[in-house]
Amino acid sequence: MQELLQILSLVLQKYALVTAFAFVGLIVYLSYLLSAKLTRGRLHGSAIAITAGLLLSLWGGIATGGTHGVADFKILAGVGVMGGAMLRDLAIVATAFGVSMDEFLKTGVSGILALLIGVVISFFVGGAVGYAFGYRDAVSLCTLGAGTATYIVGPVTATALGASSEVEALSIAIGLIKSVLVMTLTPFVAPWIGLNSPRADLIFGGLMGTTSGVAGGLAATDVKLVPYGAMTATFYTGLACLLGPSVFFFIFKVVCGE
Amino acid sequence: MAIYGTAVLSGCLLVGIFLGRLLGALMGVDKDVGGVGIAMLLLIFFTDRMQKRGSLPAISQQGIVFWSLIYIPIVVAMAASQNVVAALSGGPLALVAAVLVVAICFAVVPLLNRGGADDPNDDLAAIAVDADAIGDREP
Repeated sequence: MQELLQILSLVLQKYALVTAFAFVGLIVYLSYLLSAKLTRGRLHGSAIAITAGLLLSLWGGIATGGTHGVADFKILAGVGVMGGAMLRDLAIVATAFGVSMDEFLKTGVSGILALLIGVVISFFVGGAVGYAFGYRDAVSLCTLGAGTATYIVGPVTATALGASSEVEALSIAIGLIKSVLVMTLTPFVAPWIGLNSPRADLIFGGLMGTTSGVAGGLAATDVKLVPYGAMTATFYTGLACLLGPSVFFFIFKVVCGE
Repeated sequence: MAIYGTAVLSGCLLVGIFLGRLLGALMGVDKDVGGVGIAMLLLIFFTDRMQKRGSLPAISQQGIVFWSLIYIPIVVAMAASQNVVAALSGGPLALVAAVLVVAICFAVVPLLNRGGADDPNDDLAAIAVDADAIGDREP
């Protein structure tokens, strides 16, 4: 028995990245199952899967005392490669495939304005809250602002600017909570904020920016609204990845007097 | 061949990060200034041109599509390899920031929706988006 486990552990370590694919696939499968059975799809499977990922990181951190979540377990080291900056950036850039500038312009002035305002609000709020919690350097504040945009813009900015692992993890957590809040609260606030026209939905998607949150929230409100909100939200992450580690970083540098 | 698509994607990322680093160096910071965003613009630009010329057949496109479909799992792997213990020691920062930004953005929706109601660019009938596919791919 002891020998059996030893051989298994050897195989898992030797094929680290393959182990990671299987491991993450299992987490995603269970999360989407939970999403469908327990929340009837109201809480998107991706949000549950990412929450599970962060909880696993917490467990890994406590169990190993390391800073790389479950990747500090020898047999799960491949998760760190799979979720590392290299493959992550490759996958993010791939999501831009098929996006056409014509479609972007079709969202109209109000959609583009909503996108810009949404990104500005996120960086401002994230930076301000970070400042209130004692962060004083442009790199950390910009990364927290980026995380307030979406849980993707945060780590992309963290890597680009070289932020600490603690700030990077925080930026993912902010984006994730934002996504879950938008997903769950949208049906309740929809009547108050007038989410009943395609135009209002385009604006909503551009302001919120979290595609899973917007798509999930609008689907729970009225399925017919989903395409309009998702339309603008699709551009949000790309726009914020472009502006975050550039324009906003230099604004934060000026604000911090660096 | 699928590798052609993946190669174009990889080339765009490398050039994007290179330009981001170059931009950083020009501005006097040792950082990557917007590299991933630049890479996305490059990919949109080049694949659009290649498709119009017919030099990006469906099988080559799959070399790009695969990576966009594997995006959420990669984000899950990223979440699973974070320093959450240190992040939690900072207190409720994440919760406060998320609640604030969502509340403010909800409040701004009606404000923006009021102005310029007869925008001729809002050609909504022309917009058709596969929301399910997007929901799977993007955050």
